[in-house]
Formats: sequence, C-alpha cells, structure tokens
Amino acid sequence: MIPFKYARAGTVAEAISQKVANPEATFIAGGTNLVDLMRSDVAKPAQLIDISRLPLDKVEETAGGGLRIGALVRNADIAYHPLVEQRYPMLSSALLAGASQQLRNMATAGGNLLQRTRCAYFYDVATPCNKREPGSGCSAIGGLNRMNAILGTSDACIAVHPSDMCVALVVLEATVHVTGPRGDRAIALADFHRLPGSTPERDTNLAADELVTSIELPPRGFAANYTYLKIRDRLSYAFALVSVAVGLELEGGTMREARFALGGVAHKPWRNAQAEAALRGRPAGDAAFAQAADLVLREAKGFGHNTFKIDLARRAIVRALSQAARGTPQSQSNKKIA
Amino acid sequence: MFYRSKIAADKHLKKGREVGADGAFQHRGKLSMTTIDHQSPAQTPADPKDAADAHLRVSRRGVLHLAGGAVSLTVLPHAGAQAASSPASTAASTAPLQLTVNGEARQLEIDTRQSLLDLLRESLDLTGTKKGCDHGQCGACTVLLDGRRVVSCLTLAVTTDGASVTTIEGLAKNGTLHPLQQAFIDHDAFQCGYCTPGQICSAAGLIAEGKAKTPDEIRELMSGNICRCGAYTNIVAAIQQAMGQS
Repeated sequence: MIPFKYARAGTVAEAISQKVANPEATFIAGGTNLVDLMRSDVAKPAQLIDISRLPLDKVEETAGGGLRIGALVRNADIAYHPLVEQRYPMLSSALLAGASQQLRNMATAGGNLLQRTRCAYFYDVATPCNKREPGSGCSAIGGLNRMNAILGTSDACIAVHPSDMCVALVVLEATVHVTGPRGDRAIALADFHRLPGSTPERDTNLAADELVTSIELPPRGFAANYTYLKIRDRLSYAFALVSVAVGLELEGGTMREARFALGGVAHKPWRNAQAEAALRGRPAGDAAFAQAADLVLREAKGFGHNTFKIDLARRAIVRALSQAARGTPQSQSNKKIA
Repeated sequence: MFYRSKIAADKHLKKGREVGADGAFQHRGKLSMTTIDHQSPAQTPADPKDAADAHLRVSRRGVLHLAGGAVSLTVLPHAGAQAASSPASTAASTAPLQLTVNGEARQLEIDTRQSLLDLLRESLDLTGTKKGCDHGQCGACTVLLDGRRVVSCLTLAVTTDGASVTTIEGLAKNGTLHPLQQAFIDHDAFQCGYCTPGQICSAAGLIAEGKAKTPDEIRELMSGNICRCGAYTNIVAAIQQAMGQS
C-alpha cells in the first residue's frame, strides 16, 4: 500500500470541497473493498477523505410512501431494518445473500453501489486489464473467465458487477441521489452502472467529484411475491455465478406486474424490458417463465469457462419466477432451493 | 497516556520485525530476500526519516510504522514482487488515534496505512487476533468494534478514532472465561486453534445481534469465519450452548 494522506470530513459540503481541492483523493466509508484494492496496489489514492461520520446514516420514510436509505447506512442495518423487512423483503434477502455478517456490518449502501468488480485479472497487477489500465488488454477474454459476464460484454472487458443489493434495487426501480460541486442530482439505479463498451475503467455514471448521499425506494415493494435466488460455488459467502431478483404482482394467477433482474452475468444488474413485457398479463407458469428466460438470454455469449452460465441463468430465472409466483421466496439460511 | 517510551521503541523495533516475518508466513522466502538489509539491528537507521527512506528503497509495501514516536519496520505480506516497478514513493503519513482497547484508553500515533489488525498485533502486542488472509475472506481477524463484529484486516485503524474495540483478550472477566470460550472448550470446537479467536469474537457478535435462532441460521451467520480443520459441527454446538446461557 502506498502512503496516503488522511482527512476526515465533518459535513457533506466539506467532503466535496476536499475532493475538489484534491482530485487524486478518494472517499472512504466502510472500506471493505477499497482497503483491499489499496493493499493490492489496484487503487493508489494520494489521499483518503473519510466520509464515514457524515450524517447520511438514516433510513427515513419519504412523503410519497417510499423509503430513503442514507448512503452510510451499513448493509446489515438495511437488511434488518423493520421497514425494509416488511415492505422490501427482496432487498433484505439480497443483502443477506451477500458477503459475511462482519462485512455487512462495515460496508455501506453507497459503497455497495460503488464496489469494483472481483474479476481476478483486475486484482492481479501483473496482468493486462483494460479496467485497471486502459488500453492494456483484457486477460479474462481467453483466460480463466468462470466468474465473468455473458451479457452486455465488449471486446475490452467481460467483468461483472458483483453486488447482490443492486440486483434487488434495479427491480425496485430505486433512485440514487448524489451531490457535487454542480449541485444535487438523481440517477435511476438502472442508469447508474454502465456497460463496459470501450471505457471499462468507468463503472458508473457518477462524476469523479460527486458523492452518493442516499438511495430512494419507491412505494412498490413486491412484499407478497418476490425472491432473491443466488447460485454460487459454495452455499454462503461467495459471489454469484448467477443471481435472480424477482418482483411480481398477481391477480388470480395472472401477472399484472412482473420485473426481474440478473446478477453475476453483466457489468451492471441486468434487466430486460422485452422479457418482462412477455410476462405481464399472462398466467404465472413455466411456459411464460421459460419464454421470458429465452428472451433475456438470446443475446448471451459465453467465453469458454463461463458458457455454462447461459443454461444456469435460464433455469435460475424459471426457478426464481416460480418461487415468487408461489410466494415461497428463497431462504438465505436454509439452503434448499424451494 | 502515550504508549511508547524510547526503550519500548527499541523493543518494539525488534518486535515489529519478528511479527512482520511471522505475519508474512506465506511469503517468507520472498520477504527474507527483499528485507535482508533490515534483519541486522546494526544496519537499522536511527532516524525515522532515514529508516523510511531506506525501507522504501527496498519495498514500497514495507510499512514505516510509528507508535507514539517509536519506529519499527513492519513487513506486510506480498511485499517485494513488484518493488522494482514502484513509482517514486512519498513519505509516510501519520495521524493521532484515540482508541479504547479492551476497556483501556490508548493514545497513539499511527501510520495511516495501518490496519486495525496490525495495530493490535504489532503495536499493542495483542496477538490473539490472527492474520489469516488479510483480505476479509477468512474471518480470523474478527474483533468487536463498538460492539459489532468486523474484520480488523480491512479496517484502517485511522478510521476508528474514538471507538472501542474488544479482542479475544478482552472477553474473559475477572479470571472467568467468557461463556463462548468455555463452550468452545466443552465442545472441542477447534483443532489447530488459529481461527478460534475470530470464531469466538464473531460468535459474540452473532449472539448480540440476536438474529440466529436455528443451527441453519448460526451456520449462515457464521459463514464469514473459515475453519480449515473443519471443526464446524462442534463450533455450532458451542455457540448453541453459549446462546442458551445468554
């Protein structure tokens, strides 16, 4: 780890002005990803601006009937918040499927959004990686790519975004609130993360001098018919090979509203409007579920070691939709797949 | 209270090297080559700045480690391999830190790069907390920070100013083992014992959280603690016993 200066911000305005004064600085909150990246010399900030004490640690109801989660609320505190458990159990479940309790106690909501890929080549500074060192090449294409993407890839990068929380957030159509020297703005979760294209070094559309302040959930929480199904190489504490978040609204067995997103398969949480449209108005059942899965995966492309993910994702989508329709969401402690 | 006197500093200097080598058990061969200049006390520069400069020539990942004015050279794992391609390093940055450790208030001056884990082990001689992976993946370094379990390897010490930390050394009270410590003995919940301090601190956090009721839930919420000996069955039994007493 290279030496760095350390400053603690007392207010949001102070954090922004410190960042503007020192563009080489990086914000630190929970640090669960950043410290690891610094230790591996993947991240080499000249200064850390500690934002962990800013007053962004509340979960509050919004006037519109939704919920606003402060950027510094710890992942465990979101997962176990009574209003999240009651109204947004899909989010609670997704959070509890991620990391370990120690890490959930440290990691913040904003940090979860901004965590970097766990692609092994991104972490290995001895290998080329376009995300770490633009223009150097992608070692995962043609390399060991079991964990890598099958959707939305480019010739430059096949990394995946590793978050579980964000997969649920995109189904809930959450909004990310940010602030910066040019003022506040809101970014739809679906537009927050980017596809790699020719600029895989940019994970998100957050500007370098902006700070995430909160995540807002609209009222619709799919508390009756939801699931978060995560398939991984061991039963707990591993990143997803494929995960599926589902929210349905049923009326006599017919799907009035249907949303689902995939994790572990792309550079961002993956939603497909056409596949969801194919579900709406139809009876909940395997025929509709399989068709939706095919619509999502018709553009999927494997890279050798990860080609199995296409079939795995197809089956996981059907299973997850079925869990949600039956009202039997996946338990994150009892590992039997319902 | 300031932690180090000059005499303590010299002792600490030596200790730092020993612990550094010990902490780097996976890379010992590599480290012994890259840090050979610093194995002999006679070659250790007396001036902290010289120490820093000399050390940084050897490896950018070696950490100049300051505690209350004391200097020691602490070698972290993975040092050396990329030293040749290092960019020009700047001087180490230090910061004051007030931390309550197992009930005792400490006033320290630390390198900003120091993890809470390294601070505990190398500056405060609390070696009960173990360094396993140093990446937040094994849980051996689990401690309670303001009552919540965290991995101390991914916690920068400088960010914990004003906090209270409880390590395995702080669990027993008045000579009586903590119920979890006793339960681990009763159920033979370890073999080599290396993961045990982290398992016990993690279990203390789990019990305080009050979310785990069933063996399945204990297993899930303890999944951040890896045991290579495979003592999991007995670990779950020990935690159940302690939960019953709390």
